[in-house]
Amino acid sequence: MPTDDETTSRAAAMSGRLLKAPENYLDAAGIQTVQAEARQGRRDFIRRAFSAAAATAAVGAAGAARAQANPLPTEGGDPNILTLPEHSKTLGQGVGVEPYGKPSKFEANVQRRQSPGLSQTTQASVAFAPLQSLFGIVTPSGLHFERHHQGWYDIGPSKHRLMVHADDAMLLKKPHVFTMDELMRLPSVSRFHFVECGANSSMEWANVAVPTVQYTHGMLSCSEFTGVPLRTVLEMCGVDAKRGRFVLAEGADGSGMTRTIPMSLIESGEVLLAWGQNGEMLRPAQGYPLRLVVPGVQGVSWVKYLRRIKVGDQPFATKDEVLGYADLMPDGQQRQYTSLMEVKSVVTTPSGGQVLLDKGFYNISGLAWSGRGKIRQVDVSVDGGRNWRPARLETPVLSKALTRFNLDWVWDGRPALIQSRATDETGQVQATYRQLRAVRGSRSIYHNNAIQTWLVEANGEVKNVQLS
Amino acid sequence: MSSCRDLVAALTAVLCLATPGWAAKPAPAGAAPVAPVYEGIGRAATPSEIAAWNIDVRPDFKGLPKGAGSVAKGQDVWEGKCASCHGIFGESGEVFSPLVGGTTKDDIKTGHAARLTDSGFPGRTAMMKLSTVSTLWDFINRAMPWTAPKSLSTEEVYAVTAYLLNMAGVLPDNFTLSDRNMAEVQQLLPNRNGMTTRHAMWPGNEFGGTTKPDVQGSTCMKDCGTEAKVASFLPDFARNAHGNLAEQNRLVGPQRGADTTRPSNPAPVGTARATAVAMTSPVVATAVAAAPQALGLLQRNGCVACHGVDNKIVGPSFRDIAGKHGARADAVAYLGGKIRAGGSGVWGQVPMPPQTLSEDDAKAIAQWLAEGAKK
Repeated sequence: MPTDDETTSRAAAMSGRLLKAPENYLDAAGIQTVQAEARQGRRDFIRRAFSAAAATAAVGAAGAARAQANPLPTEGGDPNILTLPEHSKTLGQGVGVEPYGKPSKFEANVQRRQSPGLSQTTQASVAFAPLQSLFGIVTPSGLHFERHHQGWYDIGPSKHRLMVHADDAMLLKKPHVFTMDELMRLPSVSRFHFVECGANSSMEWANVAVPTVQYTHGMLSCSEFTGVPLRTVLEMCGVDAKRGRFVLAEGADGSGMTRTIPMSLIESGEVLLAWGQNGEMLRPAQGYPLRLVVPGVQGVSWVKYLRRIKVGDQPFATKDEVLGYADLMPDGQQRQYTSLMEVKSVVTTPSGGQVLLDKGFYNISGLAWSGRGKIRQVDVSVDGGRNWRPARLETPVLSKALTRFNLDWVWDGRPALIQSRATDETGQVQATYRQLRAVRGSRSIYHNNAIQTWLVEANGEVKNVQLS
Repeated sequence: MSSCRDLVAALTAVLCLATPGWAAKPAPAGAAPVAPVYEGIGRAATPSEIAAWNIDVRPDFKGLPKGAGSVAKGQDVWEGKCASCHGIFGESGEVFSPLVGGTTKDDIKTGHAARLTDSGFPGRTAMMKLSTVSTLWDFINRAMPWTAPKSLSTEEVYAVTAYLLNMAGVLPDNFTLSDRNMAEVQQLLPNRNGMTTRHAMWPGNEFGGTTKPDVQGSTCMKDCGTEAKVASFLPDFARNAHGNLAEQNRLVGPQRGADTTRPSNPAPVGTARATAVAMTSPVVATAVAAAPQALGLLQRNGCVACHGVDNKIVGPSFRDIAGKHGARADAVAYLGGKIRAGGSGVWGQVPMPPQTLSEDDAKAIAQWLAEGAKK
């Protein structure tokens, strides 16, 4: 027997849709039983009867006819309206039941997920953000994608230290140590930025490999980060930014994650020593209590559990600048220090692995972003790139942040190939796979920003495809 | 009145005193801006603190500690601490990508791992990619072994680095790697010339490279030359490889997740369909943690209007009821009866009216109370 929760969620899922009652659900005899029990005052059964009755009415009304989204029932109206639900007739829950609130239990499907077979360990692995279920531009902190190289920690902030130094007083005069208390006293800024793993979409370089946008694009998240510009702290320490053009950022975790950060980006004031994320402190999986925010640059440079900043006059050639995060080109050369995430977009609704419930109107919705600045335009095609229409860019449109786009679409029930194509404020236009592979081949692993194609089949199923 | 004046005077004094303390003084008009002084924030790092954390080693070997380690010693360390993940010969792909393999004597001459151009060659080993030996030393020193990073001695790091290069055919069996010969070993790396910074994906001018992107899409809007033929898609046998996608999509909205535990339904939408595509199993991935049944009953029957679990409202808290009556031998029967019959006098004079819930429900609540009224 289904629990109340399952029943209610099924009812929620089924409301307003003409469909045969699914398997393992109440048949006609079962409905009679619960209705009989309902008359005897078994309240928990009444609610089940509502949903069952909705299903019955739907079948009765529709028969073999075309399904409608919100059918007119035969017997005077929708039981969801005619019979007041429990929540309209009882007292709701009080405050403070959940001191830190959680999503509705009906949202339990919206989770970070790992791609099976991608990695053999969980500590050096990825959990992808469920982009197919997100609205707007902000990723809820608990759904922010995870990528760790040697596991994550929840580090006590009172013992965490940041050291800023150089090997040479000519590069930085006053090496310093800061506590979190001290850093958080400094003048802070709060800014929305996307963070995307350099290997996002990497599985798709040569061919389709994964089914949904969660796996094709889910190493992408966007948050409001709060922190102090690294420039401020380096100036406090007497940096010579003319000599010291390369800055090493190092994490306190086991991997001692290190990456070389360009001084030119630090000088712009964009690089932050951040402790805040979406109004609260960073989540442990995102580097609590301190991480580097490097807008427009791939996530590996956003060093978590940041313990050290070192100013140098040469790049550092760290492990993830040599053995990883170097892009193999067809001539056998590896592009080193590739860092920028170039202009990219993807339609998240509808997207792979979903099923459209009916023909008719849909809001095609997706995300666009560029590591070079703001998004200027997004075009959407429903015929595989033959014809394009400009999408509406929703506000805010921010530099190096996700931008949400929408476009009206009436689906006629015939197969469609949905694509989006972004242009950023520098004029760079997102390329097709053919255009991208013509220059970079298909073994680069990193920085795949090709146009994504979703095939909508006549049965409503949406599939991940690549075009030739 | 005088007290008011005194207060104003005192406040003024405080404000005046406070002014010199502002860290970032606004620059006087016309003067050059003065960098803010963030007083009281941070302190000088001590030499021993810097030494403890300053572990990075650069390609020019700045930061490399003095020391040495032999290939033979490296083999011992390898087999004890590394081989379980990386394989005896650094070849294993069981846990991580293979480290050794795919490089040749010829590569050592050219400095290019030739197999990087061979798309037929399976995988890419660390040795095929490695362009700077400092990187290998630095990474082993800071992050290995994987489960006990930073536990190797300097000699062990030199030795393991030497052994890896020996397995790759770069160093002979009798070699001892040290800070004095690292620069010479660098000149033997099979892929030492395999990197380029000539690209537009470094956000700055530090490498002097180009700022012009190497790939540009089309801006065509109408009747564009198109690639409308589907060339790649997931085969049917992989339909459920990522788990049931119905469990990975929201249960409300324009669409549902496809039920990938069964084959795709060929019938188009808008026609009669034997089984509904999306709705047959609107499944929730994770079992929703069920609140204790009693709490739901209390909610549904309006009990919580007058009773808090921990706090008195009109009537006593459930915790207090449990404390007073939970130990009775007939607690369930007593409390169940009280719930349905109501009463007054036990907790005060405000009466509790008889409740209309079923005997079973009353019993369930009574059971919960008898067990201590736990949330």
